[in-house]
Amino acid sequence: MGDATAFVQILTIFVLAIFVGFEVITKVPPILHTPLMSGSNAISGITVIGAILAVGSGEHNLTVILGFVALVAATINVVGGFLVTHRMLRKFQRKEQ
Amino acid sequence: MNSITMVNLSYLLAAVLFIAGLKGLGHPKTAVRGNLMGAVGMLLAILTTLISAEILSLPLILAGLLIGSIIGTVLALSIKMTAMPQLVGLFNGFGGLASAMVAGAVVFQTSLTLTELAAGRPGLQFLIATAASGLIGSVTFIGSLIAFGKLQGIVTEKPVRYKGEQVVKSLVFLSGIALAVLLIRNPEQVELYGYLAAAGILLGILLVMPIGGADMPIVIALLNSYSGIAAAATGFVLSNNILIIAGSLVGASGIILTNIMCKAMNRSLANVLFGGVGAVPEGPAEGDIYAGKIKQTAAEEVAMILKSAQRVVFVPGYGMAVARAQTPVRQMSELLEAEGKEVEFGIHPVAGRMPGHMNVLLAEENISYEKLREMDQINPSFPQTDVTIVIGANDVVNPRAREASDSPIAGMPILNVDQSKTVIIIKRSLSPGFAGIPNPLFAADNTLMYFGDGKKAMEDLVSAYKET
Repeated sequence: MGDATAFVQILTIFVLAIFVGFEVITKVPPILHTPLMSGSNAISGITVIGAILAVGSGEHNLTVILGFVALVAATINVVGGFLVTHRMLRKFQRKEQ
Repeated sequence: MNSITMVNLSYLLAAVLFIAGLKGLGHPKTAVRGNLMGAVGMLLAILTTLISAEILSLPLILAGLLIGSIIGTVLALSIKMTAMPQLVGLFNGFGGLASAMVAGAVVFQTSLTLTELAAGRPGLQFLIATAASGLIGSVTFIGSLIAFGKLQGIVTEKPVRYKGEQVVKSLVFLSGIALAVLLIRNPEQVELYGYLAAAGILLGILLVMPIGGADMPIVIALLNSYSGIAAAATGFVLSNNILIIAGSLVGASGIILTNIMCKAMNRSLANVLFGGVGAVPEGPAEGDIYAGKIKQTAAEEVAMILKSAQRVVFVPGYGMAVARAQTPVRQMSELLEAEGKEVEFGIHPVAGRMPGHMNVLLAEENISYEKLREMDQINPSFPQTDVTIVIGANDVVNPRAREASDSPIAGMPILNVDQSKTVIIIKRSLSPGFAGIPNPLFAADNTLMYFGDGKKAMEDLVSAYKET
């Protein structure tokens, strides 16, 4: 597979994902905007995958150091983001029962 | 099936979980499950990567995951709900930092193989994505840190503006682009990536410093979007589907939120980023509007008015968060409801310092989300409302937004509290809100000013009401 073909393929994924994002998120009501933000924020910590690959493949010190900083930062983003969103959402749910 | 197929299928499942999770966040009933689905998707993506990739240093990676998890958990569990905007800003910054660092690590690794093996040049996609990731990631990182500082009170909340600001910003932006082009043409010169990240840092500082406290909801939403775009760019660097999908979902989400916030202020994004609220407020001076027309009230009088009311609406603003007055507000609403009165909360989209800020504070107090009304839902009901209590809000209830086209808030949709029979304003003084203009509502015939600290004023009101 040529470079261009591969690029078009992931570009397709990118563009379609943006459309899915728009469709799904336009429906979120304002009362949930903060949890939406912190929850999506946690999802943006997906860079943790990139960090794992960087630390894992790095033979050179600088790659490992940069990757390790990224790994810690992204993990804080992921774990903290999902947890704090959960904390907030439980408050919204509790009154319901 | 080979392992690459398995990995991609597993990433696909993670992507589906992210999308279904975000969809779940669309309703309070499904939101907890939605968030959990997102978390499971993330766990799946991480485990897949750990198992499949050729990992040379597993203990180091586990150590990194452990340290990050501990810090994240402590931050998420120890923070007070009132400090939520800062925390969201901070987490966002970590995401941006991670993207910039990963791109840096990869570009360095690649430059090694370039010089040692004289391998072919990396593809254009890789290089452009690296540059984008470095620039956007570092802007997100430092921008979020400054937003955090402003919300925490470490950095001034006031807009920091100066002459030639736009020129300086443009020059830094252009030099960032120039460095990106240089890096793309000379990928073996790793130090260029460092300069690029430095330009991003400088740009982030220049972009967020001039933005004032009340515009924070827009900036936080925008930075949220950037962190997603940075993650997607990193996905292009690594040709990794899950990064691209998750990143663009978040990018789209942030852009939608930014757009909603801008609409709620009747301002364009360009105006928030480059224009200036509080430039030169025109219109009648404070003295002309307020002179002799301000009617002051006290807890006992408000309590009596509330006794005879049928329908009461609370309109909270950032002032309620600052004074931490939400607990007595809840107590007051419970007292009123116990006597069969109808109580609702009218919430302006940009009230507070992040999208949905007031809702989180009130939900924390166990107030049912069904009583939290959006602007469009609550506005038609003000003429039938006996008493509206405005606590710590100002610009979002200023009737001048409807009337005067020359004011800085002209055209901004507001809560029409002035249409209710009686308006009680709880506020420390007559000082203007963020827009820096006087509010004719304070001098209106049906308005009573109840001066004081929000929390103290509400507590006094609660006890006065119990005694009435």
